[in-house]
Amino acid sequence: MIIDKVQIPAVVFQLTQLLLVVLAAPLLTGWVNQCQAWLQNRSGAGVLQPYRVLHKLFLKDAVIAYNASWLFRVTPYVVFGCMWLAATIIPIIAVDLPFSRAADVIALVGVFALARMFSALAAMDIGTAFGTMGARREMMVSFLAEPALLMVLFTASMLSHSTQLPYIVSAFSRHQFMLYPSLAFAALAFLIVLLAENARIPVDNPNTHLELTMIHEAMILEYSARHLALIEWASSLKLFAYFSIGIALFLPYGIAEVGQWSALPLSILLLLFKLVLAGAGLALFEALSAKMRIFRAPEFLGTAFLLAVLGLLIHFLLSA
Amino acid sequence: MDAANILPIDVAGAIIALLVGLGLLGLVLQCLPWVIYKIIFPLSALASLGLALTGLWALGAIPNIAVLPLGLPDLPLHLRLDPLSGFFLILLGGASFGVSLYAAGYFKTMAGKVLGLLCLEYHIFLASMAMVLLADDAYLFMVAWETMALSSYFLVTTDHNIPDIRKAGFLYLLMAHVGAIAILLSFGVMQGGHALSAYTFDAMRASHPTSFWSSVAFLLALFGFGAKAGVVPMHVWLPEAHPAAPSPVSALMSGVMLKTAIYGILRMTFDLLHTQIWWWGVLTLTLGLLTAVFGVMFAAVQEDMKRLLAYSSIENIGLLLVGIGLTIIFHVYGKDALAALSLTATLYHSLNHASFKSLLFVGTGSILHATGKRDMGRMGGLIRSMPWVAALMLVGVLAISGLPPLNGFVSEWLLLQAFLLSPGLPNSYINMLVPVAAAVIALAAALAAYVMVKFYGVIFLGQSRGETVEAAHDEHAHDAGFWERTGMGWLALLCILLGLAPVFVVQQIDHVTQRLLGTHLGNAATGWMLLAPVDTERASYSPVYFLLAVLGVMLATAWVVHHYYHGRLRRGPAWDCGFPAQNARMQDTAEGFGQPIRRIFEPFFKIESEVPTPFDTHPEYHGRSEDRLWYLLYLPIKRLTEKLASWVSLLQHGHIHLYLAYTFVTLIVLLVFV
Repeated sequence: MIIDKVQIPAVVFQLTQLLLVVLAAPLLTGWVNQCQAWLQNRSGAGVLQPYRVLHKLFLKDAVIAYNASWLFRVTPYVVFGCMWLAATIIPIIAVDLPFSRAADVIALVGVFALARMFSALAAMDIGTAFGTMGARREMMVSFLAEPALLMVLFTASMLSHSTQLPYIVSAFSRHQFMLYPSLAFAALAFLIVLLAENARIPVDNPNTHLELTMIHEAMILEYSARHLALIEWASSLKLFAYFSIGIALFLPYGIAEVGQWSALPLSILLLLFKLVLAGAGLALFEALSAKMRIFRAPEFLGTAFLLAVLGLLIHFLLSA
Repeated sequence: MDAANILPIDVAGAIIALLVGLGLLGLVLQCLPWVIYKIIFPLSALASLGLALTGLWALGAIPNIAVLPLGLPDLPLHLRLDPLSGFFLILLGGASFGVSLYAAGYFKTMAGKVLGLLCLEYHIFLASMAMVLLADDAYLFMVAWETMALSSYFLVTTDHNIPDIRKAGFLYLLMAHVGAIAILLSFGVMQGGHALSAYTFDAMRASHPTSFWSSVAFLLALFGFGAKAGVVPMHVWLPEAHPAAPSPVSALMSGVMLKTAIYGILRMTFDLLHTQIWWWGVLTLTLGLLTAVFGVMFAAVQEDMKRLLAYSSIENIGLLLVGIGLTIIFHVYGKDALAALSLTATLYHSLNHASFKSLLFVGTGSILHATGKRDMGRMGGLIRSMPWVAALMLVGVLAISGLPPLNGFVSEWLLLQAFLLSPGLPNSYINMLVPVAAAVIALAAALAAYVMVKFYGVIFLGQSRGETVEAAHDEHAHDAGFWERTGMGWLALLCILLGLAPVFVVQQIDHVTQRLLGTHLGNAATGWMLLAPVDTERASYSPVYFLLAVLGVMLATAWVVHHYYHGRLRRGPAWDCGFPAQNARMQDTAEGFGQPIRRIFEPFFKIESEVPTPFDTHPEYHGRSEDRLWYLLYLPIKRLTEKLASWVSLLQHGHIHLYLAYTFVTLIVLLVFV
């Protein structure tokens, strides 16, 4: 049983993180948007804008198409639940997360896949041209991005001899700063996957309203009000989860060890610092690059997949 | 014999006899069709369930054997029920329980002679598959194997008035026999030309062929069973024959019959042959990877729903072969814990595939009955007219895509764990193969999700794509009846239970791995909630907690949203992007949805497409993606055979005096030389 080994601090850590991620995720999106605005010489709407948007959307009446089925109505909740769960099992402030034992990195990829499957199916539910197009493109992007992510996580698992995120992170954070060649490849691959999976430039554009280039936005065209709010919130959570994975795998330093209460404030501050930096970096990258044609996307993601496999191979060859 | 002395094998034998009896009864009572579908099929479902329970019983028991004084003089039939047979009996019984229940509803529309024959063939098919699993000598094995092939051939050609189905049936029969010859030769090699009594499996276990002859036997077995399982490049019959059969039979063929080939490979490799050689594993692994990627790629471009599922079966067989290959490699290098892990993953996946593929195949039967179509590009929106089938099939679709917390994920998880634990093999080339193989498996799994989104989305979601009359028909398509729902419900339940209780399933599989490899996986964690194959620090997974967490989070969210805001909902027309002339034909067809795959993997397909010119007033677009192997491998073999036959036919003139002269010359030659 999981329960008999769990101590009180671990549960507190887990619950803290559960609430922290769901409340802080829109802030991260707001920060990235604000940075983008600054880079584009606009004043921007402020980092709290996503909360206002969510509140507005929740207040509105939901409108769904005449032929929408139950699948369409359930999907926002499934997607939101999956993303929340994903963001919850990644150790970011403390390594001692009891729930991580129920779902390791492979299950983490599975959670993302579950959410994606439901979004794609819901997009096809109404039967408009854009919905199916979005679903098809999303699946096209993901069938290369998902194995790449899995390979990145495998490289980390091989290095730390565990597929459980808490063990991976505590193994990495205990080492002195040290560059594993395999992990360097994995980091590159992970960056590409992060861009593709979160619908960022150059694969997709979260702010686009040009139908022909849409991927993720095309899938959610039919959603409104609370459904849309949940999906937007889930997207924020997903971005947060991906940033957390990146931080956990490649920059875990300063995370609180098991039962270390005193380290908690410092680890939260450090996390904040890392997230601010990463968000600004993402905005800068997006400002500097142009969106690529949809048929270049498989090549881009294929590169990520190859890099990730290369990282794993290097680990096997050099065992480093 | 008192009750305490009854062995599992006696029960299994009795049930097999019962199945044959039910089949014969069906043939006799063909003028009373209601008896067949209301009584015989439900009874046979119960018999299948009994078979599954017997298998469960036999897992924990010591292997028991029986000798039947049947067959040729001095060649009695040997039966044996050990944990491996028991495990596959569970698979057979569990899947066919659902399929037979479903068949009780499905065959209702057939009547008279066809139904009687169908009933006989169906039951003979079931009984022969069970017999293959119980056979303990080469003779009985081959008889059962051939009965299985023939009965399924007749089932495939149920609609024999359609020329394409006759062709598919012929191709199936041909490949089945090429495979059977290889298996027979493999038995011959293992028997080693000893006394007649050496045809029993016991004698084969005791004989120690040299490594060369072991390899020959293994290769023949891999070829023979591979032809039955649809391993690339012996796969061409599978996407033709499986869709041609009535849906419950397709379900049994894909869900269960393919597993008898897996059983055969396992039985040969780990039971009958004493030693294994490392390159067997590499070969099997490579073939498996090829098969998996090939199958899923072709599944993505199919338009016929049953062909799509057939290609997806090829993919899953590939995954199973990968598991077997890994097991051989680990076993050869003495890493028994890892071998047990990968064998467990293989067996688990066999069970999973039997449940979800049967579910999906029988589901296509209901769709076929309701709409009369197999082409997905003409369906759409069936979730509204067939809510039961849609909901049950969603379970199957999520399971086959390998999503937690359903069963497909567990076996994938176990297989990936086996890869992750593998470094440190003495052969550095194999060490390098392992991460590449893991990457290919991950790719195939992700593509499988693509295929399943296409399958479910195009059939059940959106709007009906047919012409207006058809569309109206689809809107009122009838849902599955009681028996069909029950059968599908059982299979869906199986998908869920196998996903939620992996610890229990692994405990059962441990009996088999213990028997074949001398070691078992076990569970490092205590209790049944947490699956931890090696140790809890290394990897663990708990589907129950996972499900509770996802459900809890979802329900909490829904409650908060509805409580603090409101639950108001309006319905309106779909957003048309400012272009009001949108219609159902603007959705992706099955072909359109597969287009990215066709484009990305272009070199692997033989694509023929006709694109109209811009000036065409009645533009029509045709596209076909075909299998290159058919043109590169099969047609040359066919041409060669025809050429040889035409040379041989030079001897044939139809004049009796010439034939007498041949006889005379042969006699003289023999007299001179012998």
